[in-house]
Amino acid sequence: MTAIRVLLRRLSGLFQGRLERDMLERNMDDEFDFHVQNEVAENIRRGMSPADAQAAARRRFGGVAQVKEDYREAHSLPFFQVLWQDLRFGFRMLRRNPGFSILAVLCLTLGIGATTAVFSWIEGVLLRPFPKVVGQERMMAIAGTYRGVAGAPGDSTDISWPDLQDFERNCKLFDAFIVDRITSVTLAIGDRADRTTGSLVSANYFDALGVRPILGRGFEPAENFGRNAHPVVVISYQMWKERFHGDPSIIGRVQMLNGMPHTIVGVAPEGFYGTFVGWAMQFWVPISMQERFTRDGYQLEDRGAEWIEGYVLLKPGVSPGQAQAEISAAAMRLEHDYPATNRGRGVRLFPLWKTPFNNAGTLFPTLSVALAVVCFVLLIACANVGNLLLVKAFGRRHEMSVRLAVGAGRGRLLKQLLTEGLILSTIAAVCGVLAANWCRNLLPLLLPARGRVSMRLPGEIDWRVLAFSIGVCLISAVFFGLVPALQSGKIDLLSALKAESGGVLGGSRQALLRGGLIVIQVSLSFVLLVGAGLLLKSLTAIQNTSPGFATHGVLTTSIDLTAAGYDTGRARIFQDALADRLQSLGGVQSVAFARVTPFGYIGYSSAPIAVDGYVVAPDEDPTVEYNEIGPGYLTTMGIPLVEGREFTIADKETAPLVAVVNQAMAAKYWRGRSPVGSRVQVKGHWMQVVGIAKMSKYRNLAEAPKPFFYVAMRQNINGLNLNIRTSLGPEAMTQALLSEIHALDANLAPSEVITMQEQVDRTTAVQRVAVTMLGVFAALALLLAAIGLYGVISYTVSQRTRELGLRMALGASTSNLLRVVLFHGLALTAGGVVLGLAAALSLTRLMGTLLYNVSPRDPFAFGSAFVVMAIAALAACFLPAYRAASTDPVRALRL
Amino acid sequence: MDHEKSDVLHGSLGLMVLRTLDALGPQHGWGIARRIEQISGDALALNQGSLYPSLLRLEQMGWIASKWGTSENNRRAKFYSITRAGKKQLAAEAKNWARISDILGRFLKPSKDSV
Repeated sequence: MTAIRVLLRRLSGLFQGRLERDMLERNMDDEFDFHVQNEVAENIRRGMSPADAQAAARRRFGGVAQVKEDYREAHSLPFFQVLWQDLRFGFRMLRRNPGFSILAVLCLTLGIGATTAVFSWIEGVLLRPFPKVVGQERMMAIAGTYRGVAGAPGDSTDISWPDLQDFERNCKLFDAFIVDRITSVTLAIGDRADRTTGSLVSANYFDALGVRPILGRGFEPAENFGRNAHPVVVISYQMWKERFHGDPSIIGRVQMLNGMPHTIVGVAPEGFYGTFVGWAMQFWVPISMQERFTRDGYQLEDRGAEWIEGYVLLKPGVSPGQAQAEISAAAMRLEHDYPATNRGRGVRLFPLWKTPFNNAGTLFPTLSVALAVVCFVLLIACANVGNLLLVKAFGRRHEMSVRLAVGAGRGRLLKQLLTEGLILSTIAAVCGVLAANWCRNLLPLLLPARGRVSMRLPGEIDWRVLAFSIGVCLISAVFFGLVPALQSGKIDLLSALKAESGGVLGGSRQALLRGGLIVIQVSLSFVLLVGAGLLLKSLTAIQNTSPGFATHGVLTTSIDLTAAGYDTGRARIFQDALADRLQSLGGVQSVAFARVTPFGYIGYSSAPIAVDGYVVAPDEDPTVEYNEIGPGYLTTMGIPLVEGREFTIADKETAPLVAVVNQAMAAKYWRGRSPVGSRVQVKGHWMQVVGIAKMSKYRNLAEAPKPFFYVAMRQNINGLNLNIRTSLGPEAMTQALLSEIHALDANLAPSEVITMQEQVDRTTAVQRVAVTMLGVFAALALLLAAIGLYGVISYTVSQRTRELGLRMALGASTSNLLRVVLFHGLALTAGGVVLGLAAALSLTRLMGTLLYNVSPRDPFAFGSAFVVMAIAALAACFLPAYRAASTDPVRALRL
Repeated sequence: MDHEKSDVLHGSLGLMVLRTLDALGPQHGWGIARRIEQISGDALALNQGSLYPSLLRLEQMGWIASKWGTSENNRRAKFYSITRAGKKQLAAEAKNWARISDILGRFLKPSKDSV
């Protein structure tokens, strides 16, 4: 306690201004003077002469200057005073070289800012993506698996509601199981209708997440059950403010959602955006309303229906491994109890950053590679600043020697150098954090907009991110601050003071240090170049992959009939009428409806199948994905038929059930026989196979060929997808479509009309983000390395002027000198490239999932990285080399 | 850098200052110095100036307080007085000191049976 009080008092002494310091001095003088005068008076009283009395008093008091110094020291803290001195001196040094300081701060700002920005994205998107949610660190995503399929994100499936309830009942290590299934509706309030995204959630949603609605309530346990029995909705703060103008009496109001009146029972707090990484949810409805909000009919009580996405909250202290073991055991029991629906099915927990059903899983590889990349950029920036400081330290060798000569300890000099480094990196860290703050919302800009859904991928600058950047700042300060310190430790007093000009200190040790830094920079940039090359090649490979359907001249959109209150009969009439009207438009070749558009977010349904003569392996669960399509769909989409026919108007509700299978399915289940004419059982119904469709891609370009089939679309009104083969562009078509739809029903509007090419491009967004990011950073790194190389070579040339002049005087030709200098630069580059090659060969494997059809050791990527590096190095070295070659020997020798 | 951190009272100067202020009430620096000299005779050859950094440290510890006032001869002077915490500290240190000097006294007394 006492020690703390003393420290505080002394600290307060530190921050006194000139006025207080003067006061301290004056008081000290007064007090000591008073003392001495009293002593003098006393001495005189004892009979001394005034002169003797004065002298005796002074002797008795002791050295005034010494006492004052002791007093001042006791009044403050020497450590902080020294630090303060160093800081002021450091600032003065930096102000004296504004060019150097600005360059160094820029380099570091780039490094620290980039790392902070990427880390803030990782924090806001991957680690703590759900603001306002309590216990995020115990939250994991839950998804289903099929036996034999590894747990890669793309391969996971959803879970059925009965299964999830069984998990909840049988597992002891979990606090909660939360359903969070994304859905979207057309929301019409007043005269404004918008597509809005929300979630179907279990009744425990708000309670389990610790989110309290600011108005009204969350959901009640009973609202989990009963087919469409609880038309209640909790709306987001944003929706409340923007669409309902913050109406305080909103609770109890009725809002139409998907054609059914819903009562608004709650308003979520500000800053709560739901639990879907990437998108801001605008409303939540209980899962008992499932039939209204998904496209597959009533599935709530169907154990075979996999439609639930969600999260679990582990009990505190439970490890993911323990939780996985317990839930896997529960899944095994379900397999045993319900073989018909659960055979081959398992369940898997994912950390939030690998969530398979939202943008976390897709951005995870990109962001982790980006973090590694910005660390490289930071290292390169530090090496650059280290080199700059080295040059400056060389310029300051005389100052350092003088300070050493007058008795400064080497430790004191080291502290001074570190302080200067710290000043630089602190300024840079502040600028960097500001820059990162500015970049917080940059991520969504790299991804294409999806319809009118608002993207939400914010960087989060919280105390963890700040702590991270302070750490980065300190580490880099030590890293580059110590570089010149290493060298200054070697100062040889005598020769340094004697030396009039360069040469003495620019010895081999310093050259080695500078060279080493350059080699590191070159190798790091080389690794980044290779990475960028690989990603670029991978992106080209993806984009050159044919999806198996026409991407040009085909437009896609959707019309939400449920929201407009259509029943099945009216929907069918509307559909046929619209198809007829569109067919007769000029420029339209064909029109077709389908339940799912390829490459969309809405996934395909899958169904258990059986084929005559196909023997199912004991562990196999023959489930295949399918799409429901209208007449003429395959023609419209440009998917060729290998055999048989596609669906026609004749395949309507009353006609026998028919199916079209793809080549992979034919090969797998009919083994060389033609399936056309034979039958397949889908969900218990036998259907006749009438055709074989050529292979195409269904969800994304990178997927492996897989079995797939089509059935004729019958009753479907939810989210009707319309595909149009036309020579018209999307804008022209939107107009035509709108007027045709309005001619039938003025209350309907299509969603965004886009080309299939656009639809495909949206799925390659992640790869393009990765390429953009890595490309930008690799270019920055290359620039920094080239600047570093240029700096070192021109510095060496300026140091070697005398030697070069001598060589020239002794008969070396211009080209000879050019070669000498270039060789020096290229030797450093070569060293860096060799090191970088070794590093890249082992590091690029880690890019795994980001690469498509490209080997991590692709010779093209390595080759082009080499060429780019070589060109950059030549460019950086040529100017100094040219300068060296044009040295005037007379002037050089006279220097 | 370490010497000023060492406990003031170990030098016993602080203990003398506290005792002086406790006995005489508020005093200025010269008065304290005089008193210490009177009590100790010339046995304690002390630079009077070294008293002042000690006074500052005692004040920082919160054991004494200081106030500017006017002296007997009408000059501006700084007066020191002991605080409540200082009295407590004085009592504790005095007891400690007595114990140590007692122990040391017993040690250093010529023993009869060892002769």
